[in-house]
Amino acid sequence: MSNIGTGGAPARTPREDYRTPLKLARGLGSGKSGVGHWWTQRVTAVVLVLLVPWLVGLLVSLVGTDLQTARFAIAKPWNAIPLAAFVIAAFWHAKLGMQVVIEDYVHTRWIEITLQLLVIFACAIGALASLYALGHIAMTVATLTH
Amino acid sequence: MATERPLSPHLQVYRWQITMTMSILHRVTGVAITFGAFGLAWWLVALAEGGAQYAHAAAIVASPIGMLLLFGFSLALVYHLLNGVRHLLWDMGWGFDIPETYRSGWTVLVLTVVFTAAIWFVVLRGHP
Repeated sequence: MSNIGTGGAPARTPREDYRTPLKLARGLGSGKSGVGHWWTQRVTAVVLVLLVPWLVGLLVSLVGTDLQTARFAIAKPWNAIPLAAFVIAAFWHAKLGMQVVIEDYVHTRWIEITLQLLVIFACAIGALASLYALGHIAMTVATLTH
Repeated sequence: MATERPLSPHLQVYRWQITMTMSILHRVTGVAITFGAFGLAWWLVALAEGGAQYAHAAAIVASPIGMLLLFGFSLALVYHLLNGVRHLLWDMGWGFDIPETYRSGWTVLVLTVVFTAAIWFVVLRGHP
């Protein structure tokens, strides 16, 4: 060290901000969530790989049935619960995917932020509306059959 | 947007490969399925409402445009699911060799047609 024996602080340019560069990086970008986005996309993908074939089978089995039959089938716990899981995983996965597409292709900042907010709100509303509908169907069918 | 920087060669300089088409199709189908998911949510809400609401929704689903959208949705869903499995296998380190990515790509395309056709065969044949 060149400043040993000089009795003074190491020579450096005065700076406004005494926080270290690491401090400025923490909490921003991938430093905030790490591989969280990547991992959550994979976890929801695995859930959907399992649930989508089942869902397709359920929907195909409902083709040509009337309202009551469809409601009765969906109200069954072994259908209602996986359907609720599907809706949560699907809209979460959709949000993560749409986020990346917007990040990649939309480079006008205010449009990008607006679209990101729209995706978050729309996916939240889609999931909540689906869960409300599932709950409503499950509850009302249960009331009618008891 | 003028720039002084040298730019890397863009897409058009590359020979066509199945992998590039599969990649962009994964995104396109993903966006399409997102819109389809809102269709499913809309159908579930109509099912919960029942009565005239459901009759209206069922009529839209059964209309030619509804069936066309449903077909497109099923095609996109099957493709995205199968290619998603391909991505998950890559994530586990499997199938990274070029010949393997081409083979898995064609496998996904063929299975997409087979599974989508199977779904619609069952739908259109009706219940036994």
